[in-house]
Amino acid sequence: MVIENKDRNWGMVIDTDKCTGCNGCVIACQVENNVPLNDQNKFERGRVMSWMRVERYWEGEFPEVKARFIPIPCQHCANAPCEPVCPVYATYHNNEGMNIQVYNRCVGTRYCANGCPYIVRFFNYWEPIWPEEMRNHLNPDVTVRSRGIMEKCSFCIQRIRRGARKAKEENRELEDGEITTACQDACSTQAITFGDLNDPESKVSKLSKDDRSYTLMPHLNTDPNVIYLASIKENKEEFQEEKANSHD
Amino acid sequence: MQQRKSVTQEYTNSVLLNGTLETPKWWPYLVSILSFFVLVGIGLFFVQIYYGLGVTGLSRPVYWGLYITTFVFWVGISHAGIMISAILRLTQAEWRRPVTRAAEILTIFSLLTALVFPLIHAGRTWRIIYWLLPFDFARGIWPNIRSPLFMDPIAIGTYLTGSTLFLFVALIPDLAVLRDRTTGLRKGFYTILAMGWRGNPRQWKMQVVGGILLSALMLPIFVSVHSIVSWDFAVTIGVEGWHSTIFAPYFVIGAVHSGVSAVVTMMALMRWGWGWNDFIRPEHFDALARLLTVVATAWLGFTFLELLFSLYGLDAPEIALREMQIFQYPWNMLFLLFLLTGFIIPVPMWLFKRVRTNIALMFWSSIMVNIGMWLERFLIIVPGLSRKTPFVFTWESYTPSWFEWYILFWSFCWVTLLMLLFSKVFPLVPLFEQKESEVFSDSVKIGRANVPTIFREEEE
Repeated sequence: MVIENKDRNWGMVIDTDKCTGCNGCVIACQVENNVPLNDQNKFERGRVMSWMRVERYWEGEFPEVKARFIPIPCQHCANAPCEPVCPVYATYHNNEGMNIQVYNRCVGTRYCANGCPYIVRFFNYWEPIWPEEMRNHLNPDVTVRSRGIMEKCSFCIQRIRRGARKAKEENRELEDGEITTACQDACSTQAITFGDLNDPESKVSKLSKDDRSYTLMPHLNTDPNVIYLASIKENKEEFQEEKANSHD
Repeated sequence: MQQRKSVTQEYTNSVLLNGTLETPKWWPYLVSILSFFVLVGIGLFFVQIYYGLGVTGLSRPVYWGLYITTFVFWVGISHAGIMISAILRLTQAEWRRPVTRAAEILTIFSLLTALVFPLIHAGRTWRIIYWLLPFDFARGIWPNIRSPLFMDPIAIGTYLTGSTLFLFVALIPDLAVLRDRTTGLRKGFYTILAMGWRGNPRQWKMQVVGGILLSALMLPIFVSVHSIVSWDFAVTIGVEGWHSTIFAPYFVIGAVHSGVSAVVTMMALMRWGWGWNDFIRPEHFDALARLLTVVATAWLGFTFLELLFSLYGLDAPEIALREMQIFQYPWNMLFLLFLLTGFIIPVPMWLFKRVRTNIALMFWSSIMVNIGMWLERFLIIVPGLSRKTPFVFTWESYTPSWFEWYILFWSFCWVTLLMLLFSKVFPLVPLFEQKESEVFSDSVKIGRANVPTIFREEEE
């Protein structure tokens, strides 16, 4: 059953103003996508696997300090720098605007990870191991990746496929907001919105045209499908000044 | 001025075949020690395949480390062959003669080693068939020709094929000499390889034409191989320190620098190991050091241009990268060592004729150059990755594990072992080239002095 729809362009809007840095999205993603657990050793060796990560930056000088958070999943760039460098086409762009990782084809050159400016690709240095009691908790819809291959955020493609299949069985179009990603479901402040950027009526495309919207590293011309909304400053002038001063 | 001692053909044969027809005393010991190290390395490689790349010190985002550094290093060394045999042959530099074969086999063995490294480096080596061969007929998915990593095996494969043919064409007359001096199974082996060489004028002509044609055909490889290797880095827009248009020529000139230095190292070892003092003479070291001085100076220019180009944009991440690479411990020590060993110590030394004709000094200075050139690649690859983007949150450092160090050590043992095994079967210095130069050389009386000269017949 062909359920790919070429008219779709899946995208995500992340409102950094709403983000509290709770890391709920990170855990939800970990559970949904069978991402291996991170232990202390992995942190120390710099081999943490988290398809979604929340970066924390401090702003200002003590005691006037503010924590700023930015959740970063795979940006699903339209001009993805990871794609042309893979020698075996293990990563490619599908017709729904997503950057796909084919685990079976991957030989683990890690070239895509070097090409990616957002550092959202993860390498399985070891065979993933879960504690005995957690083995039956794995999501059956998602492949468990073996050692030696790359993995990254898939926009919860298993949920997209399931939703599209259900809509097709019921002979109707997919509704906006029907498909949600795991990180979106877990976000307590609803900072994450997911949907079809090609549908002008969808919530994501409306949000993506917001005044506050920006993409990460636009100077690289990667054209990401993940769009950020800037956090709101106390006074508007400060924000506009900052926007005018930015290199991008 | 070339100081040459006239040697007879019989003397040439007996001395230059002493590694092949006889066995030097040290040879069996060295070969067994190296074989042991090589076998341990192969065993460790399987351990790594079994457990995964976690045994290395790599992390995120430092996904490439010692393995790729060493890969680039060996591809660089391989430029010795093309520089010495092709370019010097086409420009008819007389002093190249005793060096050609050593340079050529150094090329072949270093390329073989370089080809192994992407395999060691890959996460799933056993799946590499997807990558190297257009194998997946059933699904109609071919390897991605846009990826420099796919162009690498093609470029290296072309170079390897060309070099092997070149080496073989140059070996034929010597194989015939060996055929006539051996018995039994060995004679049969050399008879097949010598392909009926009798040394008549037609065969000599074809051999010379074949050599020149192959040199000319291989000239483009001089530019292509290391350019493609440099594109592995230059095409990644995400890494500030890599994304540079100057990389292709910079890498090529660096490769010549390290390759020719490696030939000097090898010549010194050949002179000491087999006692070929009458054939590998100080004048050859002198000529190579002059060549190296020019190459090294051009390379230094590129090094500073690369720094200049990267700092010109005043990009914050780029400045952070250079700050780490040049000023932060321990990278600053490596950077200093790289400048000292790559240029500052050896090149001014080579300006003096006393040094250029001193075999021991040339040996150590050429080793120094290769330490520097290895560090150059390391300092490009690792700091570039660990200071990758403006997201300081993901910055990470890299310490190679003992596993990676051993594999680096293994690669040297492997190349040396292959060379030693080669020396037992084939002569390391081309006999016929030596005899040819003997025929060409003469001396001219200018005033009271006898000046050694080279006479060449011009083609009509």
